[in-house]
Amino acid sequence: MFELFGTSLPSRLLLGTAQYPSPAILADAVKASGTSVVTVSLRREMAGGRAGEKFWSLIRALGTRILPNTAGCHSVKEAVTTAKMAREVFGTSWIKLEVIGNQDTLQPDVFGLVEAARILCEDGFTVFPYTTDDLVVAERLLEAGCKVLMPWCAPIGSALGPVNIMALRSMRGHFPDVPLIVDAGLGRPSHAATVMELGFDAVLLNTAVARAADPVGMARAFGKAVEAGREAYSSGMLEPRDVAVPSTPTIGRAVFS
Amino acid sequence: MKLLVNGEAHEVAANTLAELLAALDYEGDWLATAVNSDLVHKANRAEFRLSDGDRIEILSPMQGG
Repeated sequence: MFELFGTSLPSRLLLGTAQYPSPAILADAVKASGTSVVTVSLRREMAGGRAGEKFWSLIRALGTRILPNTAGCHSVKEAVTTAKMAREVFGTSWIKLEVIGNQDTLQPDVFGLVEAARILCEDGFTVFPYTTDDLVVAERLLEAGCKVLMPWCAPIGSALGPVNIMALRSMRGHFPDVPLIVDAGLGRPSHAATVMELGFDAVLLNTAVARAADPVGMARAFGKAVEAGREAYSSGMLEPRDVAVPSTPTIGRAVFS
Repeated sequence: MKLLVNGEAHEVAANTLAELLAALDYEGDWLATAVNSDLVHKANRAEFRLSDGDRIEILSPMQGG
Protein backbone atom coordinates (compact mmCIF):
# COMPACT_ATOMS: atom_id res chain seq x y z
CA MET A 1 0.00 0.00 0.00
CA PHE A 2 1.34 3.43 -1.00
CA GLU A 3 0.35 6.33 1.25
CA LEU A 4 0.18 9.60 -0.65
CA PHE A 5 -1.37 12.74 0.85
CA GLY A 6 -3.53 10.73 3.20
CA THR A 7 -4.71 8.48 0.39
CA SER A 8 -3.91 4.77 0.42
CA LEU A 9 -3.08 3.66 -3.10
CA PRO A 10 -3.06 -0.11 -3.69
CA SER A 11 -0.58 0.23 -6.57
CA ARG A 12 2.70 2.08 -7.02
CA LEU A 13 2.15 2.36 -10.74
CA LEU A 14 0.56 5.51 -12.18
CA LEU A 15 -0.60 5.14 -15.77
CA GLY A 16 -1.15 7.60 -18.61
CA THR A 17 -4.24 7.36 -20.81
CA ALA A 18 -2.86 8.57 -24.18
CA GLN A 19 -1.97 6.77 -27.41
CA TYR A 20 -3.87 3.49 -26.88
CA PRO A 21 -5.21 1.75 -29.99
CA SER A 22 -8.79 2.09 -28.70
CA PRO A 23 -10.77 3.21 -25.64
CA ALA A 24 -11.57 -0.45 -24.85
CA ILE A 25 -7.87 -1.37 -24.82
CA LEU A 26 -7.14 1.63 -22.60
CA ALA A 27 -9.77 0.46 -20.11
CA ASP A 28 -8.46 -3.13 -20.16
CA ALA A 29 -4.86 -1.96 -19.76
CA VAL A 30 -5.76 0.17 -16.75
CA LYS A 31 -7.44 -2.83 -15.12
CA ALA A 32 -4.60 -5.22 -15.98
CA SER A 33 -1.96 -2.87 -14.58
CA GLY A 34 -3.69 -2.66 -11.21
CA THR A 35 -3.06 1.10 -11.17
CA SER A 36 -5.05 3.32 -8.88
CA VAL A 37 -4.11 6.67 -10.49
CA VAL A 38 -4.45 7.62 -14.15
CA THR A 39 -3.27 10.83 -15.77
CA VAL A 40 -5.50 12.89 -18.04
CA SER A 41 -5.29 16.17 -19.89
CA LEU A 42 -7.35 19.05 -21.23
CA ARG A 43 -7.52 20.00 -24.88
CA ARG A 44 -9.56 22.31 -27.09
CA GLU A 45 -13.07 20.95 -27.46
CA MET A 46 -14.13 21.18 -31.10
CA ALA A 47 -17.27 19.02 -31.01
CA GLY A 48 -19.49 21.12 -28.77
CA GLY A 49 -18.58 19.05 -25.72
CA ARG A 50 -19.26 15.61 -27.15
CA ALA A 51 -15.61 14.55 -27.63
CA GLY A 52 -14.65 15.29 -24.03
CA GLU A 53 -17.83 13.71 -22.70
CA LYS A 54 -17.06 10.29 -24.20
CA PHE A 55 -13.56 10.17 -22.80
CA TRP A 56 -14.60 11.54 -19.42
CA SER A 57 -17.33 8.89 -19.05
CA LEU A 58 -14.81 6.16 -19.83
CA ILE A 59 -12.33 7.48 -17.25
CA ARG A 60 -14.93 7.89 -14.52
CA ALA A 61 -16.08 4.31 -15.06
CA LEU A 62 -12.55 3.07 -14.28
CA GLY A 63 -12.96 4.19 -10.67
CA THR A 64 -9.31 5.27 -10.27
CA ARG A 65 -8.03 8.56 -8.92
CA ILE A 66 -7.41 11.23 -11.54
CA LEU A 67 -4.15 13.13 -11.92
CA PRO A 68 -4.66 15.88 -14.53
CA ASN A 69 -1.58 17.24 -16.26
CA THR A 70 -0.52 20.51 -17.83
CA ALA A 71 1.17 18.74 -20.76
CA GLY A 72 2.22 20.94 -23.62
CA CYS A 73 2.43 24.12 -21.57
CA HIS A 74 5.54 26.17 -22.25
CA SER A 75 4.99 29.13 -19.93
CA VAL A 76 4.13 29.67 -16.28
CA LYS A 77 0.93 31.47 -17.22
CA GLU A 78 -0.25 28.65 -19.52
CA ALA A 79 0.51 26.01 -16.91
CA VAL A 80 -1.20 27.90 -14.07
CA THR A 81 -4.34 28.61 -16.08
CA THR A 82 -4.49 25.02 -17.35
CA ALA A 83 -4.13 23.72 -13.79
CA LYS A 84 -7.01 25.91 -12.63
CA MET A 85 -9.17 24.75 -15.53
CA ALA A 86 -8.31 21.12 -14.73
CA ARG A 87 -9.27 21.59 -11.09
CA GLU A 88 -12.67 22.82 -12.15
CA VAL A 89 -13.34 20.05 -14.66
CA PHE A 90 -11.87 17.07 -12.82
CA GLY A 91 -12.80 18.13 -9.29
CA THR A 92 -9.34 17.44 -7.84
CA SER A 93 -6.58 19.71 -6.60
CA TRP A 94 -3.95 17.18 -7.70
CA ILE A 95 -2.00 18.42 -10.70
CA LYS A 96 0.92 16.95 -12.62
CA LEU A 97 2.76 20.16 -13.39
CA GLU A 98 4.64 20.26 -16.68
CA VAL A 99 6.33 23.39 -17.99
CA ILE A 100 8.20 22.28 -21.07
CA GLY A 101 11.47 24.05 -21.83
CA ASN A 102 12.89 22.26 -24.84
CA GLN A 103 11.00 20.92 -27.82
CA ASP A 104 13.52 18.19 -28.74
CA THR A 105 14.01 16.64 -25.34
CA LEU A 106 10.70 17.77 -23.77
CA GLN A 107 12.74 18.51 -20.70
CA PRO A 108 11.14 20.77 -18.14
CA ASP A 109 11.87 24.48 -17.92
CA VAL A 110 12.88 24.11 -14.30
CA PHE A 111 12.87 27.87 -13.64
CA GLY A 112 9.29 28.21 -14.86
CA LEU A 113 8.41 24.99 -13.08
CA VAL A 114 9.48 26.31 -9.68
CA GLU A 115 7.62 29.59 -10.27
CA ALA A 116 4.42 27.83 -11.36
CA ALA A 117 4.71 25.35 -8.48
CA ARG A 118 4.89 28.21 -5.97
CA ILE A 119 1.80 29.91 -7.41
CA LEU A 120 -0.22 26.68 -7.48
CA CYS A 121 0.85 25.47 -4.01
CA GLU A 122 -0.19 28.85 -2.56
CA ASP A 123 -3.52 28.41 -4.32
CA GLY A 124 -4.15 25.08 -2.58
CA PHE A 125 -3.04 22.67 -5.28
CA THR A 126 -1.23 19.41 -4.57
CA VAL A 127 1.52 19.77 -7.12
CA PHE A 128 3.26 16.75 -8.69
CA PRO A 129 6.13 18.48 -10.52
CA TYR A 130 7.59 16.78 -13.60
CA THR A 131 11.23 17.69 -13.08
CA THR A 132 14.79 16.60 -13.87
CA ASP A 133 17.04 14.68 -11.48
CA ASP A 134 18.77 17.93 -10.41
CA LEU A 135 19.05 18.12 -6.62
CA VAL A 136 19.08 21.90 -6.41
CA VAL A 137 15.92 22.19 -8.47
CA ALA A 138 14.37 19.53 -6.25
CA GLU A 139 15.22 21.64 -3.17
CA ARG A 140 13.60 24.69 -4.77
CA LEU A 141 10.45 22.73 -5.58
CA LEU A 142 10.18 21.58 -1.98
CA GLU A 143 10.69 25.17 -0.80
CA ALA A 144 7.93 26.22 -3.18
CA GLY A 145 5.55 23.90 -1.37
CA CYS A 146 5.72 20.61 -3.30
CA LYS A 147 5.43 17.50 -1.15
CA VAL A 148 6.29 15.02 -3.89
CA LEU A 149 8.83 15.06 -6.73
CA MET A 150 8.60 13.42 -10.13
CA PRO A 151 12.01 13.27 -11.80
CA TRP A 152 12.38 11.97 -15.32
CA CYS A 153 14.76 9.06 -15.91
CA ALA A 154 15.01 9.76 -19.66
CA PRO A 155 13.13 11.97 -22.16
CA ILE A 156 9.35 11.48 -22.41
CA GLY A 157 8.42 8.64 -24.74
CA SER A 158 12.06 7.67 -25.37
CA ALA A 159 11.84 4.22 -23.73
CA LEU A 160 15.52 4.55 -22.82
CA GLY A 161 15.06 3.64 -19.17
CA PRO A 162 17.20 5.13 -16.40
CA VAL A 163 20.14 6.85 -18.12
CA ASN A 164 21.65 8.27 -14.93
CA ILE A 165 21.38 5.78 -12.12
CA MET A 166 23.81 7.76 -9.99
CA ALA A 167 21.60 10.86 -10.11
CA LEU A 168 18.51 8.86 -9.18
CA ARG A 169 20.33 7.14 -6.33
CA SER A 170 21.59 10.47 -5.13
CA MET A 171 18.09 11.93 -5.23
CA ARG A 172 16.74 9.06 -3.14
CA GLY A 173 19.59 9.55 -0.66
CA HIS A 174 19.07 13.31 -0.35
CA PHE A 175 15.31 13.15 0.12
CA PRO A 176 14.66 10.04 2.19
CA ASP A 177 11.25 11.24 3.38
CA VAL A 178 9.88 12.82 0.19
CA PRO A 179 7.72 10.61 -2.05
CA LEU A 180 9.67 10.25 -5.30
CA ILE A 181 7.96 9.07 -8.47
CA VAL A 182 9.95 8.39 -11.63
CA ASP A 183 7.99 10.00 -14.43
CA ALA A 184 8.97 9.63 -18.09
CA GLY A 185 11.47 7.61 -20.05
CA LEU A 186 10.66 4.07 -18.92
CA GLY A 187 10.54 1.57 -21.77
CA ARG A 188 10.49 -1.88 -20.22
CA PRO A 189 9.27 -3.54 -17.05
CA SER A 190 12.91 -4.14 -16.06
CA HIS A 191 13.45 -0.36 -16.11
CA ALA A 192 10.56 0.07 -13.71
CA ALA A 193 11.90 -2.70 -11.48
CA THR A 194 15.33 -1.03 -11.49
CA VAL A 195 14.10 2.34 -10.25
CA MET A 196 11.83 0.68 -7.70
CA GLU A 197 14.83 -1.31 -6.42
CA LEU A 198 16.60 2.04 -5.94
CA GLY A 199 13.86 2.92 -3.49
CA PHE A 200 11.65 5.16 -5.59
CA ASP A 201 8.12 5.20 -4.26
CA ALA A 202 6.31 4.79 -7.56
CA VAL A 203 6.56 5.15 -11.33
CA LEU A 204 4.42 6.98 -13.86
CA LEU A 205 4.44 5.78 -17.44
CA ASN A 206 2.32 5.85 -20.56
CA THR A 207 3.98 5.24 -23.93
CA ALA A 208 5.72 1.98 -22.96
CA VAL A 209 2.32 0.42 -22.31
CA ALA A 210 0.14 2.23 -24.84
CA ARG A 211 2.46 1.60 -27.80
CA ALA A 212 3.34 -1.99 -26.98
CA ALA A 213 2.12 -4.66 -29.41
CA ASP A 214 -0.19 -5.85 -26.64
CA PRO A 215 -0.87 -2.94 -24.27
CA VAL A 216 -2.93 -5.05 -21.88
CA GLY A 217 -0.19 -7.66 -21.49
CA MET A 218 2.43 -4.95 -21.08
CA ALA A 219 0.33 -3.16 -18.48
CA ARG A 220 0.15 -6.38 -16.47
CA ALA A 221 3.92 -6.90 -16.88
CA PHE A 222 4.67 -3.39 -15.61
CA GLY A 223 2.34 -3.91 -12.66
CA LYS A 224 4.27 -7.02 -11.66
CA ALA A 225 7.68 -5.38 -12.20
CA VAL A 226 6.77 -2.42 -9.99
CA GLU A 227 5.61 -4.77 -7.26
CA ALA A 228 8.71 -6.97 -7.59
CA GLY A 229 11.05 -3.97 -7.50
CA ARG A 230 9.39 -2.57 -4.40
CA GLU A 231 9.44 -5.87 -2.58
CA ALA A 232 13.10 -6.34 -3.47
CA TYR A 233 13.93 -2.88 -2.10
CA SER A 234 12.03 -3.59 1.12
CA SER A 235 13.70 -6.98 1.50
CA GLY A 236 17.29 -5.71 1.50
CA MET A 237 19.35 -6.64 -1.54
CA LEU A 238 22.90 -7.95 -1.57
CA GLU A 239 25.63 -5.53 -2.54
CA PRO A 240 27.66 -6.66 -5.56
CA ARG A 241 31.05 -8.23 -4.81
CA ASP A 242 34.15 -8.57 -6.95
CA VAL A 243 34.93 -12.14 -5.87
CA ALA A 244 32.99 -15.35 -5.96
CA VAL A 245 31.45 -16.57 -2.74
CA PRO A 246 30.30 -20.19 -2.72
CA SER A 247 26.63 -20.58 -2.04
CA THR A 248 26.88 -24.25 -1.07
CA PRO A 249 28.45 -24.85 2.38
CA THR A 250 32.06 -25.99 2.12
CA ILE A 251 32.17 -27.61 5.57
CA GLY A 252 31.65 -31.38 5.42
CA ARG A 253 32.68 -31.58 1.79
CA ALA A 254 33.89 -35.07 0.76
CA VAL A 255 37.54 -35.46 -0.15
CA PHE A 256 38.30 -37.93 -2.93
CA SER A 257 42.00 -37.51 -3.39
CA MET B 1 -18.85 40.73 -32.08
CA LYS B 2 -15.55 39.30 -33.37
CA LEU B 3 -14.07 36.65 -31.09
CA LEU B 4 -11.26 34.12 -31.31
CA VAL B 5 -12.62 30.80 -30.03
CA ASN B 6 -10.13 27.94 -29.68
CA GLY B 7 -7.93 29.69 -32.22
CA GLU B 8 -10.68 30.21 -34.80
CA ALA B 9 -12.25 33.55 -35.70
CA HIS B 10 -15.99 33.76 -35.01
CA GLU B 11 -18.55 36.51 -35.58
CA VAL B 12 -21.11 35.86 -32.86
CA ALA B 13 -24.09 37.73 -31.42
CA ALA B 14 -23.37 36.96 -27.76
CA ASN B 15 -22.85 39.34 -24.87
CA THR B 16 -21.76 36.87 -22.22
CA LEU B 17 -19.61 33.75 -22.12
CA ALA B 18 -22.67 31.61 -21.36
CA GLU B 19 -24.45 33.02 -24.42
CA LEU B 20 -21.38 32.27 -26.55
CA LEU B 21 -21.34 28.63 -25.45
CA ALA B 22 -25.02 28.30 -26.27
CA ALA B 23 -24.61 30.05 -29.63
CA LEU B 24 -21.79 27.67 -30.62
CA ASP B 25 -23.77 24.67 -29.36
CA TYR B 26 -21.42 23.76 -26.51
CA GLU B 27 -22.94 21.83 -23.66
CA GLY B 28 -21.85 19.74 -20.67
CA ASP B 29 -20.47 19.97 -17.15
CA TRP B 30 -17.02 18.85 -18.27
CA LEU B 31 -16.05 22.03 -20.11
CA ALA B 32 -13.55 24.55 -18.76
CA THR B 33 -13.40 28.09 -20.08
CA ALA B 34 -10.76 30.80 -20.14
CA VAL B 35 -10.94 34.32 -21.55
CA ASN B 36 -7.72 36.09 -22.47
CA SER B 37 -5.68 33.41 -20.68
CA ASP B 38 -7.55 33.55 -17.37
CA LEU B 39 -9.96 30.91 -16.07
CA VAL B 40 -13.62 31.90 -15.98
CA HIS B 41 -15.42 29.64 -13.51
CA LYS B 42 -18.52 27.86 -14.69
CA ALA B 43 -20.59 29.75 -12.11
CA ASN B 44 -19.44 33.09 -13.54
CA ARG B 45 -20.09 32.45 -17.23
CA ALA B 46 -23.59 33.95 -17.21
CA GLU B 47 -22.33 37.32 -15.88
CA PHE B 48 -19.00 37.35 -17.71
CA ARG B 49 -19.36 40.00 -20.44
CA LEU B 50 -17.31 39.54 -23.58
CA SER B 51 -15.55 42.28 -25.52
CA ASP B 52 -14.63 42.53 -29.17
CA GLY B 53 -11.40 40.67 -29.86
CA ASP B 54 -11.51 38.46 -26.76
CA ARG B 55 -9.63 35.18 -26.98
CA ILE B 56 -11.69 32.31 -25.61
CA GLU B 57 -10.47 28.81 -24.84
CA ILE B 58 -13.00 26.01 -24.35
CA LEU B 59 -11.33 22.84 -23.09
CA SER B 60 -12.56 19.37 -22.22
CA PRO B 61 -11.06 16.12 -20.86
CA MET B 62 -8.66 14.39 -23.17
CA GLN B 63 -6.15 11.55 -23.03
CA GLY B 64 -2.90 12.47 -21.30
CA GLY B 65 0.37 11.02 -20.04
